[in-house]
Amino acid sequence: MTHDTASQALPKALILTGFGINCEEEMAAAYRLAGAAPTIVHLNEVLHGRVSIHDFDVLNFPGGFSFGDDLGSGVVLANKLRYRQTGTDGRTLLSDIREFVAAGKFVLGICNGFQVLVKLGLLPNLGGDFQPEVTLTHNASGRYEDRWVRLKVNAQTKTPTPFLSELTSFEVPVRHGEGRLVVPDAATRERIVALGLNCLTYAGHDDQETGTYPLNPNGADLNCAGLTDPTGHIFGLMPHPEAYLAGCNHPDWGMKKRRGELKDEGEGLAIFKNIVTHLIRRTQEASAPATHA
Amino acid sequence: METTQHSILLTLQPGRHDGDGQRVAADAARHLGLATGQVRSAALYAVRYPGLTESQVADFAAACLQDPVLHSVAIDQVAAPEGFKSYILVAKGPGVTDDEGTSAQNALSDFLNEPIDTRTQHIFSKRLYFVEHELPAADLRRLAEELLGNKLINRFEVGAVADGVRDFTPRPGGGADARTETIVLAGLSDEQLLQLSKDNVYALNLPEMQAIRDHFAQASLREERVGLGLPADPTDCELEILAQTWSEHCKHKEFSAVIKYKNLETGAEEEIDGLFKTFIKGATIEVDRQLRANGNDWLIKVFSDNAGAVRINPESLFVWKVETHNSPSAIDPYGGAITGILGNNRDPLATGIGGARLLFNTNVLCFGNPDYEGELLTGQLHPRRIFEGVRKGIEDGGNKSGVPTVNGAIIFDDRYAGKPLVYCGTGAVMPMQLAGKDSWEKVILPGDRIIMAGGRVGKDGIHGATFSSIELDEAAPATAVQIGSPITQKLAMDFLLLATRRGLIRCSTDNGAGGLSSSIGELATISGGAVVELEKVPLKYPGLKPWEIFLSESQERFTLAVEPAKLDELLALGREMEVELTDIGFFNAEGSLDVLFDNKPIAGLSLDFLHDGVPRKTLLAEYVKPEAKEPAIAPLYDYTDTLLKLLGSLNICSRESVIRQYDHEVKGRTVVKPLMGATGQAPQDAAVVRFNFESWEGVAVSNGILPRMGDLDAYHMSAGSFDEAVRQIISVGGKLPNLTPGDNIFWSVNDNFCVPDSVYDPAINPDGKQKLAKLVQMCQALRDACAAYCIPLTSGKDSMKNDFKADGVKISVPPTVLYSMTAKVEDVRQVVTSDFKQADDVIYLLGETYDELGGSEFYQLYNELGANVPKVDFAKAKELYTLVGEANSQGLIQSSHDLSDGGLAVALAESTFGRDGLGADLDLGSLAGELSPTALLFSESHSRFVVSIAPEDVTAFESILGQRASRLGRVTADGQLRVQHAGHELLSLNTTDLRAAWTNGPVNQTIGLEPAALVK
Repeated sequence: MTHDTASQALPKALILTGFGINCEEEMAAAYRLAGAAPTIVHLNEVLHGRVSIHDFDVLNFPGGFSFGDDLGSGVVLANKLRYRQTGTDGRTLLSDIREFVAAGKFVLGICNGFQVLVKLGLLPNLGGDFQPEVTLTHNASGRYEDRWVRLKVNAQTKTPTPFLSELTSFEVPVRHGEGRLVVPDAATRERIVALGLNCLTYAGHDDQETGTYPLNPNGADLNCAGLTDPTGHIFGLMPHPEAYLAGCNHPDWGMKKRRGELKDEGEGLAIFKNIVTHLIRRTQEASAPATHA
Repeated sequence: METTQHSILLTLQPGRHDGDGQRVAADAARHLGLATGQVRSAALYAVRYPGLTESQVADFAAACLQDPVLHSVAIDQVAAPEGFKSYILVAKGPGVTDDEGTSAQNALSDFLNEPIDTRTQHIFSKRLYFVEHELPAADLRRLAEELLGNKLINRFEVGAVADGVRDFTPRPGGGADARTETIVLAGLSDEQLLQLSKDNVYALNLPEMQAIRDHFAQASLREERVGLGLPADPTDCELEILAQTWSEHCKHKEFSAVIKYKNLETGAEEEIDGLFKTFIKGATIEVDRQLRANGNDWLIKVFSDNAGAVRINPESLFVWKVETHNSPSAIDPYGGAITGILGNNRDPLATGIGGARLLFNTNVLCFGNPDYEGELLTGQLHPRRIFEGVRKGIEDGGNKSGVPTVNGAIIFDDRYAGKPLVYCGTGAVMPMQLAGKDSWEKVILPGDRIIMAGGRVGKDGIHGATFSSIELDEAAPATAVQIGSPITQKLAMDFLLLATRRGLIRCSTDNGAGGLSSSIGELATISGGAVVELEKVPLKYPGLKPWEIFLSESQERFTLAVEPAKLDELLALGREMEVELTDIGFFNAEGSLDVLFDNKPIAGLSLDFLHDGVPRKTLLAEYVKPEAKEPAIAPLYDYTDTLLKLLGSLNICSRESVIRQYDHEVKGRTVVKPLMGATGQAPQDAAVVRFNFESWEGVAVSNGILPRMGDLDAYHMSAGSFDEAVRQIISVGGKLPNLTPGDNIFWSVNDNFCVPDSVYDPAINPDGKQKLAKLVQMCQALRDACAAYCIPLTSGKDSMKNDFKADGVKISVPPTVLYSMTAKVEDVRQVVTSDFKQADDVIYLLGETYDELGGSEFYQLYNELGANVPKVDFAKAKELYTLVGEANSQGLIQSSHDLSDGGLAVALAESTFGRDGLGADLDLGSLAGELSPTALLFSESHSRFVVSIAPEDVTAFESILGQRASRLGRVTADGQLRVQHAGHELLSLNTTDLRAAWTNGPVNQTIGLEPAALVK
């Protein structure tokens, strides 16, 4: 059995930037280190039709302060994707994203990018019609905070997102002022929990879910740090896995070094390796000889 | 034609958590003693686009502004919620940056799919607060002015809901105002010249005004001017250009002055040929000679550009700049700080060709006591407000630009209550080559176009350069205030990055103090002249006079020199990235700066006179040794309470509430953050940041500042500050430069002097000679330190008039110098953090302790200053740092914390903060000499470290450090800090209690580190 067709092309990650997005470089580094081919483009290049998202496997919305978080984090950018027509036929980038996801491709949003996905209705998308169903707003503390948190992966997710494959818990920094998930009503909450779309929750040192500040840094409903859609193809989270690409990003790496346990690679890289592995495996399976089917 | 205006009110739906409202109610009770009852916050927008119907506005509000989960929306009606009796409206004044309004305009353009005008203001954002109780208008106004805004920036409407909510929407500008006036100087008396300077905020002294008068009196010049279409006498524009260019801020006249210096203690007299030339440039020339002699040729650019540049490796340069933004921060703390950090970002961005990638920010802040309870002078803001506002400005300036704030310090002293000091630093990385050209060189050829890039021009910030060159008084001009727009600058930054890599820009500079007049005036010296067509400059609103356009310091603007052949491609890139670019003239080699408005000349100044015409000052300095004596403080047997008090003192306590609101790890490269360890509460000595993800090379960043020591001895204060910054870098594992040939370990230092008015005047500044003598001594120490460690200065700044005068009272800062240091780290995985790691590791004190409690935090507890100022022995310090470097090369040090405020006791305590359960058991008996327990514990002698060593490495470590290391004890697992000396237990307490005293100190109390409010 050969892998030649699969190994030819690296999975392609499109990373959007511009208008105040500011985590595009570390996100590109994450994909590069994970074995993918990242491309950073200004959003206008996509809106003006010079770059097509359909030429890529994963569409990424990095963190930052798009439009300065004026009018609410992610709002103006989401608005641009929903309303700005990319051609004369009334198409918008949102219509492209729908087709992109329908084609089995993946979307990742981190921090401000997650806020965009939520405001755009891509997450949690219980109704399947891309209408906003929940929101992310000001932390309960009323403050922006940079601190490290522990996240627990929800084992009850019906369709687990490949981004989180084989992960149970990990540490990452949060850096936001508007990360508190608000689920407007009990019915929505029940449906999210039933499908396990709340795929990441804030946890204590014992890996148990917690609402205690600062372990849950923002007071989010369901102690939720990240959401996936019912297909597992769209995934977003407030914390920053792309800020933990090296072992020495961790605030207590000195202790790990003292014990001889410090690794060059940081735990945040796993999420990117997961999706890259998934994409490569899928390509391999698709191109495997028919007799194996 | 009157355009219809619509309003959009967004209120939170019932039951939604209103953090903003809760905070206002809590702060009103806490800081103003006002019982407001509940407070509800709301967002109000005024929409003033011609032709927009009410239903379009409603659709826009529902689709783009309203969060369907959170908000209710009302169009054209402003009703208070049930049960709320008062209101406060916070609007922005005319012409004040309104990013939120601009973002709404962008959203409207996307929503309508129409190219509407988004560059001038048509949507105005406001905040509205509904207050449950019926408060008198005076109380509401106090709440508005002291908690919700600043009357220099904001307009407030307050009142009873029953009387109807009054709205305010700014209507900036007026008609076009193309007038340029001529000002006749000939025949003016000295008095009249000075009055003219004062009335127009020229901030020029008599010899300078005389020089200008005499220049324009030359018959040949007058004839030539008339021939060119200019009036024979100077125009308002010309005088303004001269005032900006000759300002202390731009020309550093006092650092260039001849100083007659007398040391009355020693009787020595000397004439100093300029502080800058003698000590600062002099030191760096000497250091560079030593470096090059040893094959270290990494010093690339010093003092001659917006920021200094050193070589990291054959591919890239490190660019480093630290500046101050004190005067604006005194009158509008938020605006002052945000423009400070964004303005400082533009320096590395616009060094050489431009387009460096910003790597990190630092900030060092000096404030009055935030718990000050006395009366305030007219125009003076409460220190707590200044602290809060500056902190928020740095948060927004850094976080929204995506630049991590990795290091800083906050110093409190009541003498900073008039003018705070706000030091902003930025490090950046630039490729050695950009499109085949040396990136650090600024080249301009005649014929190159002058392009203004970024934000538009308004009246904001007019006279910033001259305003900052004079002392502040109660009549500070409102136009000197500006609000930065991080998002506008981020767009311009992204654009510069691409444009420089594509070779579209010949070189760039930033528009800071003096605006276009300074940026073009400076660039013009490269080609030998420039012509500016001022009417082409895009304005935020009409109504600016030509000279105002030329001087305005409106933020987020760069001036670019562009080859005509590249212009079209550059303009296309600007359109694509939504950065406004305007061609406003060209460079030539005619020897003058010529300004036209509508083709009519309004200024024509020879570059020689503009840049070299300012008369040199001669200043007097006289040093008298201040009286000082050691206090008699009865010794104690137990210093536990003393240590707890020190840890909770203003200058030592935790800054966590401030630090956590700065993003210190965006870009994913921060390796040593301000707070580390399992608890995230162990304070670190220096930050360490990787350059990129492809190598482990990085940079260590530290700051040294010790103003209180200057009350005893300015020389040793300056030397100690320099040493503090050096030892912090050594502590995290940095190596001194030039120890071996070609080791290529760059160091790059910015010196920043902030001193009170030091120009002697018998009437208004009788102790000016003594102040200037202190500055001379600070500079002497700087020169000695640079030479001793072989560390070069690469850039710096001096701020000379840090006085606040009102109601007949003057508050002057203590003479202050900050050394902001950076050094290359070969492998960030090998650096050292400050916290103890593991029980049984052996603890040593490195360096020597002396009876040097003068100026210490320990004496401060007793309101004493003492006399024995800590002194640096450069030779011994250098030897120790070299040995520490050797131990680190072998990976022998598990933790290292430098000793500073609070001495050994505080350093030991802080070393335990990284994890619960660790303690230390120590005996000071091994320390040589006959020092008292107080000196052993609290002396602030320089050049010392507390380190911990794994038991198996003790022999190797001791063989390197020899007598320079004193073994004190070991790390324990019982969570107790115990310190014995001569059979007494000096300290014995739980490390959790130590950390609690530190964490619950006044800074976290002021800024608030309370748990998140419960969300109902």
